[in-house]
Amino acid sequence: MARVTFTTNLRRHVDCPIAEAEGRTVREVLDIVFASNDRLRTYVLDDQAALRKHMTILVDGQRLRDLEKLSDTVTPTTQIYILQALSGG
Amino acid sequence: MGNRILVSTRKGLFTLVRGKKEWTVAQGDFVGDNVTLTFHDKRDDTSYAALNHGHFGVKLHRKDGDQPWEEITAPAYPPKPDDLVDLDGWGKPVKWTTQMIWAVEAGGHGELWCGTMPGGLFRSRDRGASWELIRSLWDMPERNKWLGGGADIPGIHSICVDPRSSKTVRVAVSCGGVWTTHDGGETWACTADGMRYDHTPADVADDPLTQDPHMMVQCQGAPDRFWVQHHCGIYISHDASKSWQEIRNVPPSSFGFGVVVHPREPDTAWFVPGIKDEKRIPVDGKLVVTRSRDGGKSFDVLSTGLPQSHAYDLVLRHALCIDETGDRLAFGSTTGGVWVSENQGDVWHNVSHSLPPVYAVRFS
Repeated sequence: MARVTFTTNLRRHVDCPIAEAEGRTVREVLDIVFASNDRLRTYVLDDQAALRKHMTILVDGQRLRDLEKLSDTVTPTTQIYILQALSGG
Repeated sequence: MGNRILVSTRKGLFTLVRGKKEWTVAQGDFVGDNVTLTFHDKRDDTSYAALNHGHFGVKLHRKDGDQPWEEITAPAYPPKPDDLVDLDGWGKPVKWTTQMIWAVEAGGHGELWCGTMPGGLFRSRDRGASWELIRSLWDMPERNKWLGGGADIPGIHSICVDPRSSKTVRVAVSCGGVWTTHDGGETWACTADGMRYDHTPADVADDPLTQDPHMMVQCQGAPDRFWVQHHCGIYISHDASKSWQEIRNVPPSSFGFGVVVHPREPDTAWFVPGIKDEKRIPVDGKLVVTRSRDGGKSFDVLSTGLPQSHAYDLVLRHALCIDETGDRLAFGSTTGGVWVSENQGDVWHNVSHSLPPVYAVRFS
């Protein structure tokens, strides 16, 4: 299962422990993670379910390419890190 | 009489309380976070604080009486149809996501109204637990003429619910004029006739659909009277926003953002001027409040208690407020100063010079 780690700065606002989920894309993995934590979803994704402007996601060390559909491929051993971008803030 | 003031700032929400001798900063909430607006609903003693986390988006928190703050649902836009081309007046795509909560006001029957950037108006009938986008306003083709002003994208910052009928609501948009509904949001009409831009080609200067009213207020005791601090001056309406007249020759300047009107005396209104659009600082480094008591025919320039040398305070549109008595006023500035007057602005008392940049002040 893919492993999802959130920036520690999120913990001040919303519960976000490390999570594991199966899926073929980042979207599928995050849909499972957010299914039980909808408030966390709103901190990472905007109203159109795109990645928020000043957030970033690393997929096995590579920056997420599809910022709107989150269609980047993941494997069962993928490490996903959800971080604040250096822009904005 | 307002004995408490909620001060929303770039780095937290601060509560000012009136002691026996003076006002003091009594409490800080969300310290370190960007609090853009706070609204206190006196109907049920509930406060609503809008936060804008740079990374994590816009959030809304509610506080019931003395209970702790809790996060509630923020207004959110519905899915944007894939085939919809939705451009603003600049020709830029409109992003269907809440980027700022810019107004929260009480409606009828326990309702709340919420104005946002990029221009959506929302209504809640369950104290903010859920919100509906007012599609009748959002889906108007005229919205595509709305422009971003200083904030790049359009937004609704002023909501006036008519004291005679809560089905009549007026909203002001930067930059999209004034819009009025008489049927609780089913239909809307633009009511910005008379407003105009300076230094703009004549064929677009008076287009009501693109006017930039910085702030609009309605006199509760004489609800046909409205005042607007516009991007290009001060406007007054005597006919419930059907038409607007510019008020000229206001000393020391008619540029600014905030305006408040006395709750029962429609001819009495206050402003905090800056030099002009391109120089958003007080004239001659002297912070003053202007007050008219005669419907704009003349103005008092009030300075007692305010810094009169090297003051560069700008007062944003929600950062000037008045209480229900009409005697107490307060304002906060972008350089973190907060002042309170107990006598309609004749004398001002400084409460703090060192708060974070102030976005909004409100008696509660």
